[in-house]
Amino acid sequence: MSRLSEFLSPESLWGRLDDVSGDAGHEDHPPRMGFFTDTSVCIGCKACEVACKEWNEVPDDGYQLTGMSYDNTQQLGASTWRHVAFVEKTLPSRAKPAPEVTDLGMPGSGPPGREVTLPHGEDQATESGDSGLRWLMSSDVCKHCTHAACLDVCPTGSLFRTEFGTVVVQEDICNGCGYCVPACPYGVIDQRKPDGRAFKCTLCYDRLKEGQTPACAQACPTESIQYGEVDELRVRAAARVEELHAKGVDVARLYGADPDDGVGGDGAFFLLLDEPEVYGLPPDPIVTTRDLGAMWRHVGAAAVALAGVGAASFLGRPFAGRWGR
Amino acid sequence: MSRGEQSMVPEPTFESYYGRPILKEPTWKTPDVPIYLWIGGVAGGSALLAEGAALSGLPGLERVTRLTAAGGAVVGTVALVHDLGRPERFLNMLRVFKPTSPLSVGSYILAPFSSFAGAAAASHVTGVAPRLGRLAGLGAAVFGPPLATYTAALFANTAIPVWHEAHRELPFVFGGSAAAAAGGTAMLLAPVAETGPAVRMAAVGAVAELGVSHRMEQRLGMLAEPYGKGLAGRLMRLSRALTVAGLGLSAVSAGASGRGRPWARRLAGASYSAGSLALRFAVFEAGRESARDPKYVVVPQRERIRAREEAARSAASETGSGTLSG
Ligand code: SF4
Ligand code: SF4
Ligand code: SF4
Repeated sequence: MSRLSEFLSPESLWGRLDDVSGDAGHEDHPPRMGFFTDTSVCIGCKACEVACKEWNEVPDDGYQLTGMSYDNTQQLGASTWRHVAFVEKTLPSRAKPAPEVTDLGMPGSGPPGREVTLPHGEDQATESGDSGLRWLMSSDVCKHCTHAACLDVCPTGSLFRTEFGTVVVQEDICNGCGYCVPACPYGVIDQRKPDGRAFKCTLCYDRLKEGQTPACAQACPTESIQYGEVDELRVRAAARVEELHAKGVDVARLYGADPDDGVGGDGAFFLLLDEPEVYGLPPDPIVTTRDLGAMWRHVGAAAVALAGVGAASFLGRPFAGRWGR
Repeated sequence: MSRGEQSMVPEPTFESYYGRPILKEPTWKTPDVPIYLWIGGVAGGSALLAEGAALSGLPGLERVTRLTAAGGAVVGTVALVHDLGRPERFLNMLRVFKPTSPLSVGSYILAPFSSFAGAAAASHVTGVAPRLGRLAGLGAAVFGPPLATYTAALFANTAIPVWHEAHRELPFVFGGSAAAAAGGTAMLLAPVAETGPAVRMAAVGAVAELGVSHRMEQRLGMLAEPYGKGLAGRLMRLSRALTVAGLGLSAVSAGASGRGRPWARRLAGASYSAGSLALRFAVFEAGRESARDPKYVVVPQRERIRAREEAARSAASETGSGTLSG
């Protein structure tokens, strides 16, 4: 494990960090592996959710239909390591002139005789008939942050950085203190209630060690979930955004791909077709340890002040000098 | 347009995924964790009072504060262990030492504090090894203040908006609250004639608690909302009322070491202590509320992005005009 000075070096706490595994003390490690999830081709089939559950033997977490949408898992959690968000967004009913559309000649959900239209380009944010709905689907997962708050705050060392640069919980060490839960700026990791321990996506550490692809990526029929070396995925993602922009899908943007962002970039990043918060993602997450220095300084100052108040409370009293009896 | 009809800050609008929370609510249990925060303050402050009492010859105060420090350490440890999902794995806390984890640092504060406070109290009660007992008492007094304040870092070092953004004030709020609680507990339990130092400590702590928590809410702006409404708001108001009552009663009991009105001093002590306890519950509840509502994540983060972009734009236009004029 790393030495104290390494723990406290500023680049270990926040900011750009190009060699995550090396920083965590892995010498001669494989390249950093991760996901690029291209939501523009996600069809919401939930194959990834199912594959993850099956491979990792994750128990069910109840069937919680909210009645708000077709999304029946709602959020990532201790027993949902992949979550496909279904964004059914009502369009501001024809306030703007209809975009240039491509007629796919497909049956629609509107009244008969109305053709289904897609906005120009390869945008899967589909407008169907005149139901005024736009559909976005996105498979969400643990971000395997460069600066992972969950890992930084874990007091047992149960959460660790693997040689692949990913973040994994060791089930046999976690004592269920729950600190990682509110520390994660993405709301990913959670405590499994009857079990007491914290769980999240392991990026299929067991499969990676065997040189295999994670179960969710392998199951994805549209290659919306792409697994690979993070450096290479970043290049691929940038090219995909350019391609979509060229096709007129100017809403396409990357999320979590910037190594200079608040968490030092995500090991699992996304191509989105709307603002992050629309998908339930924080727009500008920052790892909590960025302010750790300030926190400890203030705690120290407050402790000294408290000791001072304690001493001052006895001012003016005769010194009895009692030492033992 | 008359005053009071319009709020000063426009109601922020934001988008979210069906209003679902973005952050996970802390899984920490209540009352375990709020009690842990409070008892850590009581115990830490009491260890200070105990050493002062020993040095200035106040045996009654010393006895009560030594026992409170030791008892608090026991209750705190039990609360902490009980809060774990796997209590039997408590010792895993001491597997590693991580300065990035306030809970890890806290375990290394709580463990020696408990040993020292326990040894000091045992020696004091039994009279065995008095010198070692005093040495242990000194050790407890050294670990006491950090025990009382580190819990602020425990909360602040999370993504919970109302905790994290308060990371500058929270240690002082908790420190003040600890002084009020420890002083108050001693006022309640120690012989009235010996409670002079406890009265002073509690009063300074109470004023700090009230002042800094007010300042914290001012600075947090929109993020202070959870501290002011719902359960957290009610607890916060209760805490303030109790603390102010403590100050008032303590003033009533002042003079002649409170000998005239001992009941007022005891009541003041109980008020301070209860006020501190209510504050810990309030801070805990406010954190839960801010995790539940995506507004407290999205709106400030959007604001941050906007400010950053504006700064970049103005910087760009400055260099732009510089190039033109140059
Ligand atoms: S997304 Fe959350 S749980 Fe995943 S690595 Fe980052 S901080 Fe940890
Ligand atoms: S719940 Fe488990 S994984 Fe999370 S911080 Fe605590 S010990 Fe670490
Ligand atoms: S990488 Fe493995 S553990 Fe993570 S979501 Fe995919 S299948 Fe599940």
